[in-house]
Amino acid sequence: MHADPIGVLTGRHFIDGDHACSEGAIAAGCRFAAGYPITPSTEVVERIAERFPKVGGIFIQMEDELASSIAIQGAVWGGKKAMTVTSGPGFSLMMEHIGFAAMTETPCVFVDVQRAGPSTGLPTMPAQGDMMQARWGSHGDYGIIALSPNSPQECFDLTIKAFNLAEQFRVPVMMMMDECVGHMIERVVIPAPEDIEIVPRRYYEGPKEEYRPYEPERDLVPLMVKAGEGYRMHVTGLTHDEQGYPNMSVSVQGKLVRRLVDKLKANAERIIEYKEDMVEGADVVVVTYGISSRTAVPAIEQARKEGLRVGHLRLITVWPFPERMIAEIAGRIKAFVVPELNFGQIALEVERCTAGKAGVYLVPHAGGTVHQPREIYTAIRKSVKG
Amino acid sequence: MSEELFEVEESVPPNPVEEFLRMDRMPHIWCPGCGIGTTVNCFVRALDASGLDLDKVAVVSGIGCTGRVAGYIRLDSFHTTHGRAIPFATGLKLANPELKVIVYSGDGDLTAIGGNHFIHAARRNIDMTVILLNNGIYGMTGGQVAPTTPISAVASTAPYGNFEDNFNLPYMAESCGAVYVARWTSFHVRHITKSIKEALAKKGFSFIEIVNPCPTLYSRRNKIGDGLDQMIFYRDNSEVRNGADTKTVGMDFQGKIVVGKFVDRERPTYDRAMMQYYQKKLGEDFVPSEEMRNAVHAENGN
Repeated sequence: MHADPIGVLTGRHFIDGDHACSEGAIAAGCRFAAGYPITPSTEVVERIAERFPKVGGIFIQMEDELASSIAIQGAVWGGKKAMTVTSGPGFSLMMEHIGFAAMTETPCVFVDVQRAGPSTGLPTMPAQGDMMQARWGSHGDYGIIALSPNSPQECFDLTIKAFNLAEQFRVPVMMMMDECVGHMIERVVIPAPEDIEIVPRRYYEGPKEEYRPYEPERDLVPLMVKAGEGYRMHVTGLTHDEQGYPNMSVSVQGKLVRRLVDKLKANAERIIEYKEDMVEGADVVVVTYGISSRTAVPAIEQARKEGLRVGHLRLITVWPFPERMIAEIAGRIKAFVVPELNFGQIALEVERCTAGKAGVYLVPHAGGTVHQPREIYTAIRKSVKG
Repeated sequence: MSEELFEVEESVPPNPVEEFLRMDRMPHIWCPGCGIGTTVNCFVRALDASGLDLDKVAVVSGIGCTGRVAGYIRLDSFHTTHGRAIPFATGLKLANPELKVIVYSGDGDLTAIGGNHFIHAARRNIDMTVILLNNGIYGMTGGQVAPTTPISAVASTAPYGNFEDNFNLPYMAESCGAVYVARWTSFHVRHITKSIKEALAKKGFSFIEIVNPCPTLYSRRNKIGDGLDQMIFYRDNSEVRNGADTKTVGMDFQGKIVVGKFVDRERPTYDRAMMQYYQKKLGEDFVPSEEMRNAVHAENGN
């Protein structure tokens, strides 16, 4: 399916990552957004508030992030594609509803333009400190998808991908931006609508009396219906059986939670996207995501000039984590270097998947600005020595 | 012996309420003497009498004993998170304005953890009917003190009695902008049914508070008898005062309960106000959602 032309501003633009994210959402078919003002994400909803009335969309500024993150889910069951947008403190408030979306398998998109924390932190400055929160922030076991753009162009492209993945797997998808990428202004090329691939909602179309809302298809994802069509479905955040009815048994809990986790694990290869540059034959591989992928480039180039064999693996999908690939690379290199604007989140994942087969050198940063390439370069040199 | 001899003719007429309930989920979880089931009976009878297309009706609940209502009603039904039934319902309604959306939940859910959403939905005049069951405590979690607990009433987290002032919910709803405000007790079954029917016919944020006993965790702890004693109390101590000034209808411990329809007025709903405003402001550039266009057409009979 292709994008609805009414929302697509085909052409070349010079816009920031936040605005590119808004345009990506519109191109993806998002027609409901709820948000609460918070720096540095507000520009996303400001553009949506301006654009939506002209493309058949509804934007509502809710009273807080709890309200925003559940209003979008009401809208999804009403038949819309929907998203909410926030930054650290608001993201913290949304955790319960990430869990609700995971449990009720409500496809929706959460945009987090990361700023430095903890707490109010540095509202106008970048960080990548919400990466583990995105994965584990709500209680219990479940799976989510998280994407990490490193340019305004990717803010556009990956927002479309986020909506597509949400529909494909019926999960909440996180757009893990950061203040730098959100406020960076670059050229963004918006393709023609017929060149934008859209995954439509996977609706059930069989006989009404046979509909079982949580009976999975072969890929472990159940088909949806929307309210008002006569299916009389029940949706609950309680542990539920395939009929959607609450069921407090240990076996139903086991089966449901196992499926919520497995539906992403089983499909991980289809979801995971990354870019590699000279990883083959490298002694050291720098693993990056988001803005850190750009600050790492001068460091990698410098090291290569000096004759070091350095690869660059940029994660575009951060969750599910590309564990198999990291484990495989670990077996043939000396070390990974992981620069991130936190004190070690994705580095922990790299370390876990490496299982001692290679060194892992974190380049930590408390946030507020980006790494100096020199810090990353120094870590590369250190990692080669072992 | 012929089997026909023992064939008994079905003499019990089908319960008219059953078709509205998920009978495959019975028995329900509510305690003996609790009034929630009584109000559900009133609700489905009002729904039946309303003439609404039941495929276009959705019930949204939060968490708690009353929060379980959504799970027993055989309609599109959503059992959401604690306190968030109203914002979920807001998204649902705006996405598909053809739906009649009912929020059915308890006092703790809607006015403590969800209080912020309550006042804002009333202010925006989101087109929904909120049925709030007020038992003066948190029932599901064991009878803790709530924003609705009257002064001096004992609760599990107010073992010496409550000293905080409680909410006067009709006053709160009216001052925030609700277009329909009524209060009854679960003794007033006919009034509740009539009130729900009126509220369902209303455009905008309609609110019905139903004072309801929790014999297990409120009445017993406060030594005011069982469910039946509470019904007798409601009968003897309720005063019907339609049109009463909501400022005057606050509730005390075992005091008089003023019931009735207090507010019935018109205000533009959120979605219509939005449409009209954008039409005026943006003219041809305004593109309403397809569902919103359909809902307006359906209402205008085109």
